[in-house]
Amino acid sequence: MSGLSPSPELASAPAASAPAPFRRRSPVKVALWAIPITVILIAVPWVVDEYQTILLAYGLAMAIAVLGFNLLLGYTGLLSFGHAAFFGVGAYAVAFMVKYFHVESMELFLLAAIVASGVVTVIFGYVCVRYTRIFFSILALALSQVLWSLAYKFFWVTGGTDGLRVPTPKLLGFGPAEGEGKIHFLTHRYYYYVLVVFVICVAVMWLVVHSPFGKALQAIRDNETRAQFVGVRIRAYRFMAFLISGIFTGISGALWVPLNGLTTPEILTWQFSGEFVFMAVLGGFRNFTGPIVGALVFNYLKTYAVGFTVYWQALLGVVLVFLVVVLPTGIVGSIQLLWARARRRISR
Amino acid sequence: MDILVVHLFNALLYASVLFLIAGGLSLIYGVMRIVNLAHGNLFAIGAFATASAVGQWFAGSTSGWLFLLLPTGAIVAALIGAVLEPTLLRPFYRRPEEYQLLVTFGLLYILEDVMRFIWGPYPVSASVLFEKAGSLHVGEFVYPRYNLFVIAVGGLAALFLWAFIYRTKFGVVLRATSQDMRRASALGINVNLVYVEAFTIGCFMAGLAGAVIVPSQSAVLGMGVDALVLSFIVVVIGGLGSLEGALVGALIVGVIREIGITVFPEIELAVLYLIAAGVLFIRPAGLFGRTA
Repeated sequence: MSGLSPSPELASAPAASAPAPFRRRSPVKVALWAIPITVILIAVPWVVDEYQTILLAYGLAMAIAVLGFNLLLGYTGLLSFGHAAFFGVGAYAVAFMVKYFHVESMELFLLAAIVASGVVTVIFGYVCVRYTRIFFSILALALSQVLWSLAYKFFWVTGGTDGLRVPTPKLLGFGPAEGEGKIHFLTHRYYYYVLVVFVICVAVMWLVVHSPFGKALQAIRDNETRAQFVGVRIRAYRFMAFLISGIFTGISGALWVPLNGLTTPEILTWQFSGEFVFMAVLGGFRNFTGPIVGALVFNYLKTYAVGFTVYWQALLGVVLVFLVVVLPTGIVGSIQLLWARARRRISR
Repeated sequence: MDILVVHLFNALLYASVLFLIAGGLSLIYGVMRIVNLAHGNLFAIGAFATASAVGQWFAGSTSGWLFLLLPTGAIVAALIGAVLEPTLLRPFYRRPEEYQLLVTFGLLYILEDVMRFIWGPYPVSASVLFEKAGSLHVGEFVYPRYNLFVIAVGGLAALFLWAFIYRTKFGVVLRATSQDMRRASALGINVNLVYVEAFTIGCFMAGLAGAVIVPSQSAVLGMGVDALVLSFIVVVIGGLGSLEGALVGALIVGVIREIGITVFPEIELAVLYLIAAGVLFIRPAGLFGRTA
């Protein structure tokens, strides 16, 4: 047991931060949303320019990681400050496959990333899920920093701060066509590859959080003691959530690295872990779609903030503080709130 | 033999600075149950403030009076703390822990760039103090006097803090608030005031650490985050919220780091983090922490 009893402050938290109920939605209604959005995403490379498409591909890759991250924060109530570790393991697994095994196939990359991040998550999870609250956060952070310092110091294996290069991979056995530029390859075939993996991941996560397992996680989040009383094996469930979360993040790292072309220890730092936290809060971690929206918006926000001012970090900080103070439910939660209010007004 | 003494002093030097930073972090957590992720930035601000007072405003001067400027950083950090606590942190005590971590994380981003804005991207140094202090010669043994001064500051700070918390009336109030905020409030203690004071003292300690270390190394951007991560290790080993723990943790980290730098430089940091993880694994609340 963590030995931590919920503090009275927590029990009397104002309603604004109380968890919104995850309503049961009919599959038809979900499809009504999901299909048009998927069609738009398919059309993107033919409508916008290459730069925008690549940005979107980055965003979709990151969205997978934040979805995984949010299984812990939003559904299990565990705030990890160490998710960069799994992302980095995914990315470095790909880089090692290229450097030491001369593999080019993206499918093998993904497989390697899943296995590697799975192994690391099992080790980290075994230690981390024993604790909750701040101790969980710090332990996740400390363990991820171990990986960072190893990647940083063992430069003859990892390339140190120079990082490792990752060339464009072969998708389903096919590389870029004769005369096809790298950019065209990334904005078309690779983009669709990322999109397909993204859609699969979203579907899997949807099934996970709406399964009895997902409901049990939410029960653990809302009241650990009661969940235990009704027979939920808390530590085992937390461990499973941690494992799924880490593997999603590892897949994301593997998809991200061919886009970036390079992996450096920077993606293992705790600032990078912080970006996942930021994305989840930005989109709204009490909603299923929040992390996806958060990842996409953050990606644009950061790109333009970096171009707009050298003080982009301060800008992000101000946005984060503003969100936490004024809009704790994030973009998606706030839109839902406005939508509900508008509907009430119309029906009146 | 001389080498061993030098290593010992280096370990103590490192431990003194770490104690000041981690002690502040731990004090703040102990009283108001909030982990301030921007704590390292206050250490960095302390370093920058002293460095610019000594190295920029009075550049060229070599007078011994310059030592009087040393506390500048600590005072600046304390003032920032006194402003931050009531304005930014107070609304968050009643909200879940995630939100507290998030808001101080945002603060970390902001303060990092505030420093970049004020002091620019280049290192600022106050090495004149370090040079002026000279070296201590005992036979063959040579050691910078300034480092001994830093060790003394760390030791004195620990002593003052102990006396302050266990031997003064304010210390009793502080401990009472830390143990049960509601009951202390019911007994007529102005909890808000105690919170401001505790936060200010914590920030003062972080600023003092930055101020005393800056003459022997320059103030650079990013030093705050490094310090934060290391002081996490210290408080995890010693126990969040415990000052004795911060002292013991700082000594352990100081010694291990000194051994690490000479014997296993590649995995020095990894060993520190693994020790922290190991301590959490065996004693979740740290060596001196309480589970409450």
